Amino acid sequence: MTKLESKIIVVTSGKGGVGKTTSSAAIGAELALRGHKTVVVDFDIGLRNLDLIMGCERRVIYDFVNVIQGDANLSQTLIKDKRIENLYVLPASQTRDKDALTTEGVEQVLNDLRKEFAFIICDSPAGIERGALMALYFADEAVIVTNPEVSSVRDSDRIIGVLNSRSRKAEQNGELKKHLLITRYMLNRVQRGEMLSIEDVQDILAIPLLGVIPESPSVLNASNNGIPITLDANSDAKRAYQHAVSELLGEKTGALNNKGWTKIFGGLRIFNRSPA
Amino acid sequence: MSLLKFLGLSNRKSAQIARERLQIVVSHQRMEGGDVEFLPKMRNELITVISKYIKIDKDQINVQLLRNGSCSVLELNITLPTPQEQVAKETT
Repeated sequence: MTKLESKIIVVTSGKGGVGKTTSSAAIGAELALRGHKTVVVDFDIGLRNLDLIMGCERRVIYDFVNVIQGDANLSQTLIKDKRIENLYVLPASQTRDKDALTTEGVEQVLNDLRKEFAFIICDSPAGIERGALMALYFADEAVIVTNPEVSSVRDSDRIIGVLNSRSRKAEQNGELKKHLLITRYMLNRVQRGEMLSIEDVQDILAIPLLGVIPESPSVLNASNNGIPITLDANSDAKRAYQHAVSELLGEKTGALNNKGWTKIFGGLRIFNRSPA
Repeated sequence: MSLLKFLGLSNRKSAQIARERLQIVVSHQRMEGGDVEFLPKMRNELITVISKYIKIDKDQINVQLLRNGSCSVLELNITLPTPQEQVAKETT
């Protein structure tokens, strides 16, 4: 029973600490809430953290590398979320062996996941080393997480170049769909000319905008508690992630009822409706 | 200070400076090929091949990988000293 529509989405950025894992957890949980069977896969071998952000760190028994090496099967390894249906986590291994992720092994695991899941969210490690390349290689789509800050934008540009040249889609002359997700956005600083605006970041990176997540204390609160932000209490960041997931699903999204954001998403809507 | 003000530099917001710095660094990054390690090697091989048929100056060949939205363009610019003569020589 193969679901042809299953989609592999890599969440990547180049730079570390911009919100890849937070975004992977938030997007994965929101997709599951909307009824799509979703697995979030941690590709950060040696430095796993997705389990903490998702709040399942004490339930990790086997990991991604165990599955690749045949020490465990997928059903033993996948951790089912206790809060909602349809949400699973495939934890990374804590091994320091960087070559543990083989192309064949990763392909086999992803193919098996495709049989069961509608969405496979690959949480990439920072950098452009093996783990990051493996996370993006088989992707159908990519979410590029970027802070409105010079080093993050530069690294995002770099990772877009890698997506365009090193992904399997690129090797087969296909097109990997890319989405820009701006995180830690501070509208007041942008208005004072102290922070790159959405338009600035978009001008430089030249990929369609998926969403803008405002800087919000609720993000740290959620991670402290091990709750994906989209499963947590209502907040500006939660609404922004919900909005981004609607965009990802290609749904028509309206402006948010939050005064600052209405304006911004008004502009966003115009951009997204223009021919790509 | 007054000179800076006169030049309009002192009032520039940091976001504007960030934008300008990024535009430069990103265009360099893309021209260098960034993620494409084979580019310098390919450039040398191209020079070797082209030199077999056309007499060219090594500095007159320019290989760039440019990104334009979703697609990349490999741009090859070779300046020939006397174009007609060289092309004639190449086709015969």
